[in-house]
Amino acid sequence: MHPAPSVIVFTVLSGLGFGFLAFLGLGALPGHGPWHFALWVLGYALAVGGLLASTFHLGNPQRAWRAFSQWRTSWLSREGCAAVVTLILLAPVALGDLLPLGDLRLLGLLGAAMSLVTIFTTSMIYAQLKTVPRWNHPVTPLLFLGYAIAGGSILSGEGRIAVVACLILFLVLAASWRIGDRRFAEVGQSIGSATGLGDLGKVRVFERGHTAGNYLLHEMMFVVGRKHADRLRIIALAFSTLVPAALVVLGGPHWPVVVLATLCHILGALAQRWLFFAQAEHVVGLYYGMR
Amino acid sequence: MSQPQLNLSPAVSDEIRKTTCYMCACRCGINVHLKSGKVSYIEGNRDHPVNKGVLCAKGASGIMQVTAPSRLRAPLRRVGPRGSGAFEEISWEEALQTAVGWLKPLRETAPEKLAFFTGRDQSQSFTGWWAQAFGTPNYAAHGGFCSVNMAAGGIYTIGGAFWEFGQPDWERTKLFLMFGVAEDHDSNPIKIGLGKLKARGARVIGVNPIRSGYNAVADDWYGITPGTDGLLILSLIHCLFEAGKIDLDYLARWTNAPLLVNETEGPEKGLILKNAESQPFVIDRRTGAPAPWDGKGVQPDLGATWQGHRTVFQHMAERYLAPEYAPEAVADRCGIPAARIRGLAAELARVAFDQAIELPIAWTDFRGDAHTSMPGRPVSFHAMRGISAHSNGFQTARALHLLQIVLGTVEVPGGYRFKPPYPKPVEAHPTPHFGVVPGKALNGPHLGYVRGPEQLALNADGSAVRIDKGFTWENPFSAHGMMHMLIPNAHAGDPYRIDTMFLYMANMAWNSSMNTAKVMEMLTDKGEDGEYIIPRIIYSDAYASEMVAYADLILPDTTYLERHDCISLLDRPISEPDAAGDSIRWPVVEPDRPGHAGVRGFQSVLLDLGARLGLAPMVKEDGTPRYADYADYIVNHIRRPGVGPLIGFRGDGTQEGRGPANPDQMAAYIANGGFYQAHVPEEASFYKPWNAGYQDWAVATSFYESPQPYLFSIWSEPMRKFQLAAEGHGAIQPPDALRARLQQAMDPLPGWYPPFGDAGAEGFPVHALTQRPMDMYHSWGSQNAWLRQIRGRNFLYLPTKIWEGQGFQDGDYARVTSPNGEITVPVAHMAALNENTVWTWNAIGKRKGAWALDEGASEAKEGFLLNHLISELLPEQADGQRWSNSDPVTGQAAWFDLRVKVERVGPRDHAEPAFPAIPRVVAKGEGRA
Amino acid sequence: MTMLPGPTPKKLGLAIDLDTCVGCQACVTACKGWNDQGYGAPLSDQNPYGADPSGTFLNRVHSYEVQPADAPAQLVNFPRSCLHCESAPCVTVCPTGASYKRAEDGIVLVNEDACIGCGLCAWACPYGARELDPAAGVMKKCTLCVDRIYNDNLPEEDREPACVRTCPTNARHFGDFADPDSKVSRLAAERGGFALMPDLGTKPVNRYLPPRRKGAAEASPLAPLLDIRATGLAGWLDRVLGKI
Ligand SMILES: Nc1nc2c(c(=O)[nH]1)N[C@H]1C(S)=C(S)[C@@H](COP(=O)(O)OP(=O)(O)OC[C@H]3O[C@@H](n4cnc5c(=O)[nH]c(N)nc54)[C@H](O)[C@@H]3O)O[C@H]1N2
Ligand SMILES: Nc1nc2c(c(=O)[nH]1)N[C@H]1C(S)=C(S)[C@@H](COP(=O)(O)OP(=O)(O)OC[C@H]3O[C@@H](n4cnc5c(=O)[nH]c(N)nc54)[C@H](O)[C@@H]3O)O[C@H]1N2
Ligand code: SF4
Ligand code: SF4
Ligand code: SF4
Ligand code: SF4
Ligand code: SF4
Ligand SMILES: [Mo]
Repeated sequence: MHPAPSVIVFTVLSGLGFGFLAFLGLGALPGHGPWHFALWVLGYALAVGGLLASTFHLGNPQRAWRAFSQWRTSWLSREGCAAVVTLILLAPVALGDLLPLGDLRLLGLLGAAMSLVTIFTTSMIYAQLKTVPRWNHPVTPLLFLGYAIAGGSILSGEGRIAVVACLILFLVLAASWRIGDRRFAEVGQSIGSATGLGDLGKVRVFERGHTAGNYLLHEMMFVVGRKHADRLRIIALAFSTLVPAALVVLGGPHWPVVVLATLCHILGALAQRWLFFAQAEHVVGLYYGMR
Repeated sequence: MSQPQLNLSPAVSDEIRKTTCYMCACRCGINVHLKSGKVSYIEGNRDHPVNKGVLCAKGASGIMQVTAPSRLRAPLRRVGPRGSGAFEEISWEEALQTAVGWLKPLRETAPEKLAFFTGRDQSQSFTGWWAQAFGTPNYAAHGGFCSVNMAAGGIYTIGGAFWEFGQPDWERTKLFLMFGVAEDHDSNPIKIGLGKLKARGARVIGVNPIRSGYNAVADDWYGITPGTDGLLILSLIHCLFEAGKIDLDYLARWTNAPLLVNETEGPEKGLILKNAESQPFVIDRRTGAPAPWDGKGVQPDLGATWQGHRTVFQHMAERYLAPEYAPEAVADRCGIPAARIRGLAAELARVAFDQAIELPIAWTDFRGDAHTSMPGRPVSFHAMRGISAHSNGFQTARALHLLQIVLGTVEVPGGYRFKPPYPKPVEAHPTPHFGVVPGKALNGPHLGYVRGPEQLALNADGSAVRIDKGFTWENPFSAHGMMHMLIPNAHAGDPYRIDTMFLYMANMAWNSSMNTAKVMEMLTDKGEDGEYIIPRIIYSDAYASEMVAYADLILPDTTYLERHDCISLLDRPISEPDAAGDSIRWPVVEPDRPGHAGVRGFQSVLLDLGARLGLAPMVKEDGTPRYADYADYIVNHIRRPGVGPLIGFRGDGTQEGRGPANPDQMAAYIANGGFYQAHVPEEASFYKPWNAGYQDWAVATSFYESPQPYLFSIWSEPMRKFQLAAEGHGAIQPPDALRARLQQAMDPLPGWYPPFGDAGAEGFPVHALTQRPMDMYHSWGSQNAWLRQIRGRNFLYLPTKIWEGQGFQDGDYARVTSPNGEITVPVAHMAALNENTVWTWNAIGKRKGAWALDEGASEAKEGFLLNHLISELLPEQADGQRWSNSDPVTGQAAWFDLRVKVERVGPRDHAEPAFPAIPRVVAKGEGRA
Repeated sequence: MTMLPGPTPKKLGLAIDLDTCVGCQACVTACKGWNDQGYGAPLSDQNPYGADPSGTFLNRVHSYEVQPADAPAQLVNFPRSCLHCESAPCVTVCPTGASYKRAEDGIVLVNEDACIGCGLCAWACPYGARELDPAAGVMKKCTLCVDRIYNDNLPEEDREPACVRTCPTNARHFGDFADPDSKVSRLAAERGGFALMPDLGTKPVNRYLPPRRKGAAEASPLAPLLDIRATGLAGWLDRVLGKI
């Protein structure tokens, strides 16, 4: 799949944002006052910024409001709704850090839960797609949740949780690749089943129907740069899990450490997300003899 | 939310105008939809006889042709060196005056110094008429480099060939064999026909080195080695003879098999024996005595021997039963196992003889014998350039017709059917004319069918009259001329120098020439005097093709929706077996080139030019133009009394075939959807060459002046006459160097010899072919933004043996070398391919800068032509002569004789040779106009 | 709207005959031509005369090479357009309701006025039947020529998809798969029409008719009349002509 920068940025930032909001909602970094409120602003900025980034890849962003309407069937719609609910639920909690609004812990808890639900809906946009076997697996929601929790805990300076989350993420990441690399074959779709000609013999593409480009080739059959995959996997693994964990352990709960660890994590997440798309093979590629 | 309310009945357009497609010579009927005066959509005309509503990929994207940015906009005069593309736009008046200034002196002194050749011309009866009026002998269209073998092989054998001459009985045939067809001119009819066979579950067999397209859907495939079809066919005939599975009754009645071959040594040997009235005769089985070949009740005896002269049939038996045609003897050469050949023969015989059909239609034959029914043998064939574009193609085409004849399947139900005005034997065609008198018209039509050496276009000293050396000993039956020899001969000054080369819609500086790079050199070459060796070039194109850059004067044509045209029974009609048909084009939109001098229909321009030159048929007594424009000509021109370009709505509007000109004819055609059909009466629908009902109808409908029944020429007397000359008989003698070649090529019975490309092909073990893509028409598809997305580059397809043998990988290029040149091109793998054959799609490669495309266009960067590897001349003979790379009988260009060697060179990013860009004559295209 | 309507009374779709399709691409440009000026936004082309052209098409024709274990390789031409799936995942993923399956005939359409061009439906389609038009920013797909098949402005016989109308070999058939007696149902039944990637659960309506078996006909070789080497030509002639 084409690793569109807008979508990479969207999933990375909003994942981090909602993860962070979840921690804030859970009462990590308790405190009061404008500086503390600023943390909420950061969380909202990441979450909303990510959502906004996702509209950059829309053909008609001015109609984006329509995307809230189909929550009954569409995970994308659900994601939009969940995000809005989450942001609304947590708004009083955030304001509560600035204004005396009373005890909002329950709301915070609920908002935190909804943050994770939002992350889950995001992940399901991908995980639901039978057409992309690599994504169509429970490990995808785990991955997204893992990133949100790890990112959220790192950013909220929850050192111990962060270390554990990073180690879990490490395992989930490794698992996602291990599983993902086999998924396409496991699912069993082949050029033979795609064309229905498999029973006749071994099928291969003779001519792909057009020598010029099209949307499908651009969007679903992204093959450029896959050769860097191994290196990127190491970067992703190291920067999104090991390096931040190490920084947190070695550096302690100081804000420069937190910022550095978060930035490393984001870098790793970007690499992972690029791979998430670039290595995902859509079954339509079978028609083109490409994956 | 409920689902949206849709308008399920939107208005489709403001208006439909019916005319004829032009993206190929198939000439389908189209409905052009207009919105606000602009073309909005094009679909097939359901009522049209050719396409019955369907359109191919080109026709359905015609809108992109009419809006292409590559369209020319104004007459152009060359201002820089030739080939530099430096032109200035001039007015039409200036352009015409320039042309007149060049042509008038030629006409008055040496008309042959004008060579007027038209490429993919659909108005040959008109352009030929113009050339005849001018008086030059140097006229032809593109048939010589295209498929004259197929046309002439058919005419000389059965009086017609495939495509516009005839087609399978799609409704009834049970077994259909295709030899060497990728697309053919009859694009949609063949596809419609195949669809009918498939729907009925009838069997289709493809004989082709490449298993794509039609061959992909064929039920069985024979991946023959190129150039060996004749051998395969004769081997099938061998098997049929051996088993006695031949239609003796058919042979006896309708062919020259029962005629006697003169066995007397001397100048008559091998000619058909004639009686005192110079008529051939047969031995009547009832009496054992000679009887007229066309006598009532006569039962010709195939086995007769009369005074030592044997029948053609016995010669056939002797020839084809010979062991050299046994499947086992030809299998290796053809690349087809003997058992497969025997199996195919058995299949043919089974369907032809065991599944015969009969239509309850009574008819009377030319002998006066009445028949109560029409028996049929439901086996049919089609063949095209796969057999004709080889140097043994004429004989191969004849062999294929012989196979049809032996099975008794020509002009019978379920078999092959002629389309009027065919059948037309050699005798019903003109002979070539070449009598030049300065200031006068030529003494007759240029092209025709030679019956003997005395009709060759030779000067008294034996030199060629025509610049292309058509109708000479080298290529005696060059019925369509030899356009591919025009530029090389004009450049070499052999047989003489010309002054002006006038070309119409032929991309000779690119895909239509052999040895493209050399031809570009010839076009720009200067003599010692610093003048161009071909002094003047006038060219008419509608688009910025490669050839445009090489002309001195460009006469820009309209596109097909902007002009009048006439698809006439006088040349290449759109008939069906059950109806003669012709059609028109008319300006469904007006040409519109804002800010420029504009374009004009080429035929109208020719008429204007002709009138300015004072050509007799184009001016009135007072010297003013006789025809206002082409539309006026189409309606008012009289070719023979009562016969004009169109057969429909003549006279008072109700006359068909013959009748005075009708001023309302064009309007009547437009109202009728742009075409007309004259229906063949039912009793005339089969057995046309011998069917008295058909012959009478054909006379009434103007195809013949009197009935022309004839016998199929299994034994070709015209050919034997050339053999006799080669043996030293007769006053007109060939050069000694050609005797052996004539002896071999002019065999009166269909035979086979190895294609000339095989000689000198040592070290070049691989056959290299091209195929027409169904979605592109030669060079002009690439200017169509939709089509170029489908096929914007080509690959050389390599068979598994070569692919794996040399370790080729996707993305690789190969160096391909022939005795004539070298190219380096992208390759791809294809297993469904003869193991010694490589191929690519024809004419996808483009020259940089042409066709309003970006210089980085894949067509120009990775696209390529095989033409660079092909030479228009064969390697030197012992005497230093270089013969044209053509069939020795017809002069058909032997494109598919090409032999190459292939070497892997690994990945590259562009094909070689890469020519410098030609400067643009129109701006690079941005979007749809 | 992205709720699927459940079983539709009609199941309109195409039966595509792989035994007959010669790969001529006529249906490709006919589709482009019709839909360029019909339903919704025109089908745009990017860089049409440039080095790297691309464009939106609703129907593409591929060509595959099949190598059977025991027979020569063969080519199969393969048109690919929307299969108007019964369980269309492209519909259910759509966040805006722009994608929908018509309740009356099962045609899957995009309401371009509601489409945000997110591309998710194209991701969800296994068959590559959807292409996002970059100029209009909306998703384009085969409409089954919904603006032709019911169009009162067209003659009755023309109320069929543009691709079907133009297909020169008649390899494309249009009809109602819900009606077991329709031409398409019968063809599918007789010829073993199959669905593409059925295990993905999309339940395509369109059917592909498989290529027929290829190869030599069962015919015993012709028996020679007699041994020509022994009898010579004369014997052969006697024998042959004796048959008349
Ligand atoms: N390697 C290889 N080469 C081949 C062949 C092959 O099989 N292999 N085949 C050969 C054969 S059979 C043929 S027929 C030739 C075809 O060769 P050509 O007849 O030369 O074919 P085109 O390339 O179509 O060139 C025709 C020219 O007509 C112009 N044209 C198009 N429409 C109009 C119009 O309305 N008016 C005017 N005035 N001009 C117009 C086009 O722009 C183009 O420049 O190619 C030959 N070349
Ligand atoms: N779409 C489209 N239609 C066209 C044209 C076009 O450019 N595009 N051009 C038109 C013109 S000018 C022409 S002349 C016709 C030509 O129509 P076709 O005769 O169909 O022309 P080619 O594509 O040259 O196909 C030649 C076929 O013969 C096969 N072949 C080559 N050598 C041999 C052989 O030795 N034996 C056998 N059995 N097969 C062999 C090749 O594999 C190929 O399939 O098409 C016309 N129609
Ligand atoms: S076959 Fe195609 S290009 Fe040729 S005339 Fe017919 S529709 Fe036009
Ligand atoms: S083919 Fe694709 S676009 Fe069409 S209905 Fe099925 S899933 Fe949707
Ligand atoms: S691209 Fe349009 S139709 Fe497709 S899912 Fe998005 S909004 Fe729906
Ligand atoms: S049904 Fe209509 S929209 Fe669909 S592929 Fe055919 S022509 Fe195109
Ligand atoms: S128009 Fe018909 S034969 Fe041609 S590619 Fe389409 S389905 Fe195949
Ligand atoms: Mo041709």
